[in-house]
Amino acid sequence: MYSKAKLAMALFIASEASFFALLIVAYVFYHGQPQNGPNAADSLDIPTTTFYSLCLFSSSATLWLSERNLRRGQYDRVIAWLVATIGLGAIFLYGQGREYLRLFHNDVTISRNLFGTTFFTLTGFHGLHVLVGLCALAVVAGLVLRGLVRERQAEAVEAVGMYWHFVDAVWVVIFGIVYLGSLV
Amino acid sequence: MKGHEFTEGIAGLVGERERVGWFSHEGLLGWVASVDHKQVGLMYIVAAFVFFGLGGIEALLMRIQLAVPNNHFLSPETFNALFTMHGTTMIFFVAMPLLTGFTVYLVPLMIGARDVAFPRLNAMSFWLTLFAGLMLYFSFFAGGAPSAGWFSYTPLSEAAFSLRSGQDYWILSLIVAGIGTVAGAINIIVTVVTLRAEGMTMKRLPLFVWMNFVNAFLMLFALPVLNAALVMLLIDRQLHAHFFTPASGGSALLWQHYFWAFGHPEVYIVILPAFGMISEIIPVFSRKPIFGYEFVAASTVAIAFLSFTVWAHHMFAVGLGHIANLFFAVASMSIAVPTGVKIFNWTATMYGGQLRFTTAMKFAVAFIVMFTIGGLSGVSFAVVPIDWQLTDTYYLVAHMHYVLFGGTVLASFAGIYYWFPKFSGRLLSERLGSWHFWLTFVGLNLTFFIQHILGMMGMPRRVFTYPALPYWAAFNMLSTIGAFVLLIAMLVFLYNVVMSLRYGETAGDNPWDAWTLEWATTSPPPVENFVRIPPIHGRRPLWDLAHPELADELGKVDA
Repeated sequence: MYSKAKLAMALFIASEASFFALLIVAYVFYHGQPQNGPNAADSLDIPTTTFYSLCLFSSSATLWLSERNLRRGQYDRVIAWLVATIGLGAIFLYGQGREYLRLFHNDVTISRNLFGTTFFTLTGFHGLHVLVGLCALAVVAGLVLRGLVRERQAEAVEAVGMYWHFVDAVWVVIFGIVYLGSLV
Repeated sequence: MKGHEFTEGIAGLVGERERVGWFSHEGLLGWVASVDHKQVGLMYIVAAFVFFGLGGIEALLMRIQLAVPNNHFLSPETFNALFTMHGTTMIFFVAMPLLTGFTVYLVPLMIGARDVAFPRLNAMSFWLTLFAGLMLYFSFFAGGAPSAGWFSYTPLSEAAFSLRSGQDYWILSLIVAGIGTVAGAINIIVTVVTLRAEGMTMKRLPLFVWMNFVNAFLMLFALPVLNAALVMLLIDRQLHAHFFTPASGGSALLWQHYFWAFGHPEVYIVILPAFGMISEIIPVFSRKPIFGYEFVAASTVAIAFLSFTVWAHHMFAVGLGHIANLFFAVASMSIAVPTGVKIFNWTATMYGGQLRFTTAMKFAVAFIVMFTIGGLSGVSFAVVPIDWQLTDTYYLVAHMHYVLFGGTVLASFAGIYYWFPKFSGRLLSERLGSWHFWLTFVGLNLTFFIQHILGMMGMPRRVFTYPALPYWAAFNMLSTIGAFVLLIAMLVFLYNVVMSLRYGETAGDNPWDAWTLEWATTSPPPVENFVRIPPIHGRRPLWDLAHPELADELGKVDA
């Protein structure tokens, strides 16, 4: 028997992947064209973003640890690892906010040129997904804390986990194409 | 299977507490607060018909304007707004919700389930669709309706050229409707995968369920494509970004690629469920099982895959280059093969059958003929030089209406006459139904057939008026007369529904002697759908029950 929640989440992720694919295609399409004004190579701070990206990537690991403890019924650890996950995700968002501020100070905005347009749209939608994920994880943490989630409901929590891992995976692609891609 | 004549209990059962909470309201609140798939399905269908009325009025206004040359009944601006609203309404707020209504009503019943997998999400999908439609129409009161056409080509739809906020309402409305559609698609897939009754294997699914299952995947991947393009356009308009503005380095062509990468799967999204209805109705009124069940199902999957590879046939006039044109021309022609397979399956099902020409069957047979005409003119568009000559003429308008009106609308009427007894407990009048059918059939051909000729004579689409060239006035007048015949047909239908709801003949559980599971329960079905589900040993459980000696999978049935 399939889990309804996990199947639904897998389908939702497939549809989200289709959405992000178009944003990425738009970025790559315009990145390949010569343009005036700022571009990825002269605007992005790769070392700093690498640090914040590692925070996001490691949050997938902490979430996995949380899920594993849920299956074992060790709820204290479930909450501890969930809090760690939310913390790491929040640090990533903080880093993204700082980067945006720095770019705004350098007059790199969504309306400046096509780099700004595609960069802020792509990373902005990803950031929004991180924020939604943090809200979902906070709800899960609250439910576990109040004793409303037990092993039986582990699948629902795993569905939220699938979403979080997906958001991480999207960042792997974006970081690779937008940040590391600007080096070559 | 001994001792299990009937499967007790229903897949997808809900808890008692939730049931009482969900169904304790009466009257209007009972509908607004409902998460029952049958009520949600009917709300979809009723909402679709309200929008059908609005879209129909827009069409009639355009036909009045075009009835005579050099007419000044409408201003050019109003005409632009009308064809934009007509196209958008008919695709997104008539065809899609109408078909979705049938889907969410019938799929759980056909697979022997209690409800869809996520009833609350199902209700949310409906309300998103309805409010998206209302938001689109609110644009009339908020500074003017959108007027850049239903595919809103850039840069015309950009802030510099579409000054009115109507374009923003158009974008927001389609984003909201798109989210509802994706949620609905997820719901249908999960329902079919997890909630099938015992014995209802994938190979025994009614073809209507198969088509909708495949269709849900199309929606799942196509609608986010549209939504991504829409948010980019919105960001362009509201935040002064440059995605599709050539003046600042953006690409107008990218919008065309994005829109049609959604737009062509969309064409199949609004026809596959119609194929599903035809695949249920033709066999029942031919008294034969469908011919080549596997081919009907497999060709649907083939259509779904191919539909993602043909989008640029909407863009031959752009000048994409010889190789690209060739690829998309061949892909577009090849999609006619699985579609043709279906046409042969339906006709082969009728061949040698005991045909019963009820109103539902008349609409279904007319569907096959009309859709074939639309399909043939469609294949002609895949021939690049013909496309160059005829694109954006009335030939295209004719083609598209033969597939959408001759296809989707006729199939939906077949579906309404067929399932109305299940929805309401009463039969629609066959006498009025016959009037409705013949008026629709004559009106449809009168309105649209002549448009093929007009297009070949060079009349472009979307012109608000035309000079008095030879024959143009007469042909356009014929088309307008046809449109009013269609109006009369729709009024007959409305009258039929109103009268039959009050005075119609009582239907009973299974008025057509049909064989899928929705006919095993009462009409209308109780909240929990089934008290008992008949044993499922083949594709036609009710047939097997009535004729055990002639069962479809004889060897597998224990006597």
